[in-house]
Amino acid sequence: MSALRDRLASGAFTITSELNPVRGGSAEAMKERARLLLGWVDAVNLTDNQGAHVRMSSWASAIAAREAGLEPIMQMTCRDRNRIALQSDLLGAASVGLTNLLFMTGDYPKFGDHPGAKPVFDLDSVTMLWTARKMRDEGKLLSGNELKPPPSGLFLGAVENPFAPPEEFRAARAAKKIAAGAQFMQTQYVFDVAAFERWVGALRDEGLTQRCSLLAGVGVVRSLRALDFMSSGKVPGVSVPDFVQRRLRGVHPDSVAEEGAKLAAEVIAQVKAMPGVAGVHLLTAGYEKKVPDLLEMAGVAGGRGPGSVTSSAATSSAATSSAATSSAAAVKAAAPDIAAAGA
Amino acid sequence: MSSGPVHVDLLPGPPADWQPGPGEPRLPRPPEPRLAPRSAYVVQRFVKPNWLNRRVGALVERLPLARRAFTVAERKSKEDLFGCRMCGQCALPVTGYSCPMGCPKELRNGPCGGVGPGGACEVYPDRRCVWVVGYERAASQGHADDLRRLQRPVDHRRFGESSWLNYWAGRDDHLWTDNDGLASPPVMGDQE
Repeated sequence: MSALRDRLASGAFTITSELNPVRGGSAEAMKERARLLLGWVDAVNLTDNQGAHVRMSSWASAIAAREAGLEPIMQMTCRDRNRIALQSDLLGAASVGLTNLLFMTGDYPKFGDHPGAKPVFDLDSVTMLWTARKMRDEGKLLSGNELKPPPSGLFLGAVENPFAPPEEFRAARAAKKIAAGAQFMQTQYVFDVAAFERWVGALRDEGLTQRCSLLAGVGVVRSLRALDFMSSGKVPGVSVPDFVQRRLRGVHPDSVAEEGAKLAAEVIAQVKAMPGVAGVHLLTAGYEKKVPDLLEMAGVAGGRGPGSVTSSAATSSAATSSAATSSAAAVKAAAPDIAAAGA
Repeated sequence: MSSGPVHVDLLPGPPADWQPGPGEPRLPRPPEPRLAPRSAYVVQRFVKPNWLNRRVGALVERLPLARRAFTVAERKSKEDLFGCRMCGQCALPVTGYSCPMGCPKELRNGPCGGVGPGGACEVYPDRRCVWVVGYERAASQGHADDLRRLQRPVDHRRFGESSWLNYWAGRDDHLWTDNDGLASPPVMGDQE
């Protein structure tokens, strides 16, 4: 059902990317944006009004992305819908074959383009994952009412920020999501690779990387203006460590984008060699067209997405650079037992 | 459990003239719990359902006026100590006695990903995240693992009720899981 699940289960290094829905009412506009990523990524996240800014709904965008040839992951936040609407939308998504679902609590409305909006937060990311698993595995709504038929083949995702305080609790928080039902998990921007490795290590020690595929969030800082914005504290959950800031501010302002891409490529190479990491999640911030450059630079480019998925493991290993071959075994050894984790 | 006399330490509260700032009407007062962590766990021993509490609770529930008076007393004391919102389904025993309903997102399963460096709340950056506070308090008393329990969704019909009466009558028994839920799939239960 889910090509993403198959890809992750194969143990091949997996690349997902954010794909921000358009602010507009045209599926064609959405497909145009989606085509930029065609062949470069294994799946795309259709964000749910990211940053509390109104965009085309994630389910409609997910259908458009699928029609453009991509494997969609539909995001759902708990900010705008209560438990009734969330469950109803989940059934609707499943009914049209959108089975990769990713749940998060969501940014507060105050950060968006309608700061006066009423926040909902009836469920949270953990209870929403738990509800989705109950719907799939027990065939019941939260209320206990039976589903005829239950949504099948759902592949449940979550997010985590390994770097936010209380840092010692972040692996436990991820573990709660895994207990609730998360089968894959994408992270916030990884700049501090050592801190990320501590977080992965804590989950690996509990055997949880076998139950849930971890995808490290990677993005390119494209300019000093973007760096200032990202380190201003105004973007929820995003912080740029001092050593990264020094490196990016140390180059000529015209070369920031290049240095930022180099940095991101280094992070990709480092997390790729980390046992327990299944792949990367690209945080594009609207720069979908730069994704190919970054993947070429990181040496992980090569036939991806629906169509190439069935032969994924073999082709991707062959297509990646020789630097990747050494870590391929490690990645393979850490291949999560997705088939066992969820039905 | 220590057997000496019971000391209850109060931490300083907000100044008497404290008022919510613009856009902050939802913030709890006090912003951080006033009952010191150790004291909170000491008090827990007396508030836990036991023979006496169950009897008192059952009696109070039979008399509408007593029930109202009891609820008001609970609200006054817990508002002053924890910034209680009277959700009627108290999570304090497993959150380091930092009220999760004081979180702008009312998160009961731990902090969101938006906590700023230094532990600032995503929504009100001049406040500390209730979960950063809760984790510190729980960890300081060896209770960090409490936060790994899975909290079930809030029942919004319970708002305004006495959570102590609900606790003693056993209506709160299924608010959270017994453990971290990793060994076997945690059960959600049907939420009618």
